[in-house]
Amino acid sequence: MKILVGIKRVIDSNVRVQINRDGTGVVTDGVKMSINPFDEIAVEEALRIKERGEAGEVIVATIGPGAAQQQLRTALAMGADRAVLIESDEDVQPLAAARTFMKLVEKEDPGLVLLGKQAIDDDSNQVGQMLAAIWDRPQATFVSRLHFADGNGRAVREVDAGLETLEVELPAVITVDLRLNEPRFVKMPDIMKAKRKPLETVPLATLGVDMPPRLEFGRHEPPPKRAAGIKVESVEALVKSLRERGML
Amino acid sequence: MANVLLVADHDGRTLNTGIARSVACARELGEVHVAIFHAGADAVCQSAAKLDGVAKVLSVARPENAHAVAAIMAPQLAKLAAGYDYVLAPSTTFGKDVLPRVAALLGVPQVSDLMEVVDARTFRRPTYAGNVLVTVKVPDGIPVLATVRIASFQAVEESGAAPVEAVQVDAELPRHTKYHGLSDPGGGERPDLQSCPRVVAGGRGVGSKENFEIIFRLADKLGAAVGASRAAVDAGYVPNDMQVGQTGKIIAPQLYFAIGISGAIQHMTGIKDAGCIVAINKDGDAPIFEAADFGLVGDLFQILPQLEQELEKAGL
Repeated sequence: MKILVGIKRVIDSNVRVQINRDGTGVVTDGVKMSINPFDEIAVEEALRIKERGEAGEVIVATIGPGAAQQQLRTALAMGADRAVLIESDEDVQPLAAARTFMKLVEKEDPGLVLLGKQAIDDDSNQVGQMLAAIWDRPQATFVSRLHFADGNGRAVREVDAGLETLEVELPAVITVDLRLNEPRFVKMPDIMKAKRKPLETVPLATLGVDMPPRLEFGRHEPPPKRAAGIKVESVEALVKSLRERGML
Repeated sequence: MANVLLVADHDGRTLNTGIARSVACARELGEVHVAIFHAGADAVCQSAAKLDGVAKVLSVARPENAHAVAAIMAPQLAKLAAGYDYVLAPSTTFGKDVLPRVAALLGVPQVSDLMEVVDARTFRRPTYAGNVLVTVKVPDGIPVLATVRIASFQAVEESGAAPVEAVQVDAELPRHTKYHGLSDPGGGERPDLQSCPRVVAGGRGVGSKENFEIIFRLADKLGAAVGASRAAVDAGYVPNDMQVGQTGKIIAPQLYFAIGISGAIQHMTGIKDAGCIVAINKDGDAPIFEAADFGLVGDLFQILPQLEQELEKAGL
């Protein structure tokens, strides 16, 4: 079985995101970029499945600018076998991304597609579900446990009511949640080794993707700040304050 | 007048409390029809019919709809969506799972976590864990598909009496995905985290699963629901359904107690619509104190028993 993992280059989760001066977006110049943390968990899971002998090859792919090669190299250093960069300098929205991944699915014929449940930049949480729809295959989103038996996948999903289990025929699309695994640290020799692994670049424009209507993004602004509160000195003072506020 | 199809989240017995909040958003946009996919959940249909602003409930009953499996629901919802200007779902794990699948079948983009209606096609939504709010416009000529950030809307009243109409949807359903049960997360009969006006939440500072009992005790005293930070869930103190934050539940209680929670931005995203935030933490520099209305620095294991006593003294 081949596993295809989709990753996204995003502003590192430790960076305090700044809105640019004209409010048209966020500041990215000189800002540290990383693999979307959920996607990193997807890469890790693919590698563990392969290491258990349940998959033969792990292909990691992204849609993004040339610089996204860095994130693909990181995934290769983690242990992925090869990488595909679908190059585009445009902002590729979720449905367009799903249709683009579908082209890759047609070419690679994977038994499993793993993606993060959402990207921490736009927080859309859509691509996996959309790919599964276009492909007409099962989806299991928000997955925190995954194993295979009798040619099917069994996925435990973190849902609002608790933990739900789905059995999915393969091929399937799985989107992963935080508690699925802890991604490994990349070691220096692996980074060197990753430089020799195949990384193919395909211009998005050459894939013939039927581009869907686009959402238009307007003003970016910070959320309203909560008014600064006070520190109280004692439990008595806390209860008194809460009563005065009508909270108790 | 525009028409709005809102798909309901339910567990076969009760309507998710997020639906009353989603209706508040939907009725700003047009005439609201609530679609309920089920296999004999007539009580859920009746609950939806009572919500103010609902013009009609569409009951889609068939055995395959016993559980909310996105791959099974999406083709039906895509068919039912024909002729609607808006198709909405609550931003619960159900809505997040099913609606993008519908959007892809319809070939249209989706607005996730709609928090404010600016005009008929323009909305605001949070990005970057709620640190950047973005205005987004859906192009003309296509239906608007959106999940509704339920914490941003006040629940509508329940004084309505909309008709419930049984609807047949002729859609071929896949057999490749099977539901295999929901584990009982435990926690007993406590109030619902997403709708309870009071929430008591614990974090890493609580220290262990056993120690979390102190959180449950205070919650019971206050009639509050119990929440937790990601750190507490990761550490196994409590199950995942209690997680509050960017990747857990987004809530808007009137009163929120953050106990032993440092206040990472991902957690703050989940509570920024709370009416009043109380923070109890031994680290006086913890970021939670920047957002808390009332902060108390100290050892939670000393403070909580005192707090229980004070509440009793006050006759609460």
